[in-house]
Amino acid sequence: MAAEKLSVVKAINASLRTALENDPKVLVMGEDVGKLGGVFRVTEGLQKDFGEDRVIDTPLAESGIVGTAIGLALRGYRPVVEIQFDGFVFPAYDQIVTQLAKMHARALGKIKLPVVIRIPYGGAIGAVEHHSESPEALFAHVAGLKVVSPSNASDAYWMLQQAIQSDDPVIYFEPKRRYHDKSELDRSAIPAPLHAARTVRRGTDLTLVAYGPMVKTCLEAAAAAEEEGKSLEVLDLRSMSPVDFDAIQASVERTGRLVVVHEAPVFLGTGAEIAARITERCFYHLEAPVLRVGGYHAPYPPSRLEDEYLPGLDRVLDAVDRALAY
Amino acid sequence: MTVDSTAARKPRRGSSKRAGAKTRAAAPGEPELVQLLTPEGERVEHPDYSIDLTADELRGLYRDMVLTRRFDAEATTLQRQGELGLWASLLGQEAAQIGSGRATRADDYVFPTYREHGVAWCRGVDPTNLLGMFRGVNHGGWDPNENNFHLYTIVIGSQALHATGYAMGVAKDGADSAVIAYFGDGASSQGDVAEAFTFSAVYNAPVVFFCQNNQWAISEPTERQTRVPLYQRAQGYGFPGVRVDGNDVLAVLAVTKAALERARTGQGPMLIEAFTYRMGAHTTSDDPTKYRRDEERERWEAKDPILRLRTYLDREGLADEEFFAALETEADALAKRVRDAVRTMPDPDNMAIFENIYADGHALVDEERAQFAAYQASFAEESN
Repeated sequence: MAAEKLSVVKAINASLRTALENDPKVLVMGEDVGKLGGVFRVTEGLQKDFGEDRVIDTPLAESGIVGTAIGLALRGYRPVVEIQFDGFVFPAYDQIVTQLAKMHARALGKIKLPVVIRIPYGGAIGAVEHHSESPEALFAHVAGLKVVSPSNASDAYWMLQQAIQSDDPVIYFEPKRRYHDKSELDRSAIPAPLHAARTVRRGTDLTLVAYGPMVKTCLEAAAAAEEEGKSLEVLDLRSMSPVDFDAIQASVERTGRLVVVHEAPVFLGTGAEIAARITERCFYHLEAPVLRVGGYHAPYPPSRLEDEYLPGLDRVLDAVDRALAY
Repeated sequence: MTVDSTAARKPRRGSSKRAGAKTRAAAPGEPELVQLLTPEGERVEHPDYSIDLTADELRGLYRDMVLTRRFDAEATTLQRQGELGLWASLLGQEAAQIGSGRATRADDYVFPTYREHGVAWCRGVDPTNLLGMFRGVNHGGWDPNENNFHLYTIVIGSQALHATGYAMGVAKDGADSAVIAYFGDGASSQGDVAEAFTFSAVYNAPVVFFCQNNQWAISEPTERQTRVPLYQRAQGYGFPGVRVDGNDVLAVLAVTKAALERARTGQGPMLIEAFTYRMGAHTTSDDPTKYRRDEERERWEAKDPILRLRTYLDREGLADEEFFAALETEADALAKRVRDAVRTMPDPDNMAIFENIYADGHALVDEERAQFAAYQASFAEESN
């Protein structure tokens, strides 16, 4: 089958459709996912084709959505839950952290919880409060959960397939500002393992690690740096739990420098963990401290300020310059 | 006292109306509730709920309650002796748990709190399995699907949503099983319970909410949780609620059977408030003398669930001394078996910390497991 070019939204839609077709136990549930097709139209047309029994409009209660998804999983279903926006996940945080993440271990492995929680995340869309957050570290910190984020249409399709097939709970963060970016999807390809990082640009002077919406930003930064004679390698991390430290280590052992970029606040974030681990693993390869670029220890600002808050090309290049100056 | 008595009405089985049977009105100041056996052991009838049990079945319920109480007392003792870290006693709630537990069918599914030792007994869960988490060797550990009895849930009210989701799945499967969610008066304040009511109502899920109102959420009386009788909450969600005498095993059995049957036949959820009393402390770490008076406990002692059935069995000549003596022997044997099992329960292997965190594995867990194993092994090398 030839590769097709489509948006991240369409790729996720296609992936959900494939999953619904392949496995009668797969359910899609969330607020407005049915008739409306979701506020971002990610689930458009699915209820029409698979019925209200499998594409379920839920009451407006996030804890209830995840809590009932757990019950459905215990009954043998594979619910794919949509949380409408990043900042709305917290009413469900207790069910995710206290129940979903721990139940397999509490039953000494005798039950499985194949629940996928899709969360559109991140900023730069000019939204009101609670619609632009990046809470991935709050989930990656919890044993029992897996946390991933695609950066493009092909990964959006395949990583969701893999997340649904996983017998573990997976938090699947969708880069909402990249929803309408188009890229090639080859449905006959053999996808990379769900939790493997991918080198998306080769370079020799410094490694940029990013995931989700920041991959594109980092690729743009690398292109700009090239004009200044700097060769940056870009790694798309894809998975925040587990993290593919081997891939980062291999890259840093070549380049000697590492900058981690994410929209989420840097304090105790994914970048902090990567900095600590990579410092441990390749202390003698590092030519500079691992630097982080990300959000500040501040509430996500009003949208008129978000361009200043979010890491952009210039802030990434500033960190690159600082790392190269050592 | 049913909010919607039409919907809640139980299909009549046989000729359960006994000639000359009394119906009992609530005394002034007492809550109205479904009762079939008075605290004095007198059999009464109720217009909406009836039951007709053989002598054998009645003795069976009595046996369940006696054995459960004995097991529970043994667990409390084991905690006092340091064999368990904690125990949450069900003392006083035997009728609520045995009556509802015996109403379930094998294919029904039960979502308990952490105090449903009597329900676990009815489901066939070995009592010693319940003690692992209280001893600290696991966080539950039994296979929920073996007896359709989910793991104990400690965070208050969370399991109401799991039960509702499970029931939604039952309905999708076209099965005629029912699901029952246990929780208490304190949990009725939790958002998850409210959301479970909403979800179950709008999806017409085959789930029964069984609230044991034991009057106390640790130190807080029910008045701190609600301004209306708890069973009336159901009305606002669009399904029936009923208050049953939680110390009357016959009434609890009749009402729960009716509610489960209602769920099985596609009539949706129902809330049962079993009006009972926590005779003991919240757990072995609690001291109820700080917040409640002995007189209250004494009033409830007069309504003891086991005593009233004993009175009834004696009066009607449904059990003889031989039965009671044999039961005492059986209870002693159960207590001894539990005691022996707890005392010989091995601590888990150190490596259990890293087991069953993920079904499909996780690189970080693998890495930390290997580090931990190497660290542990380093001591073995030193001692060599």
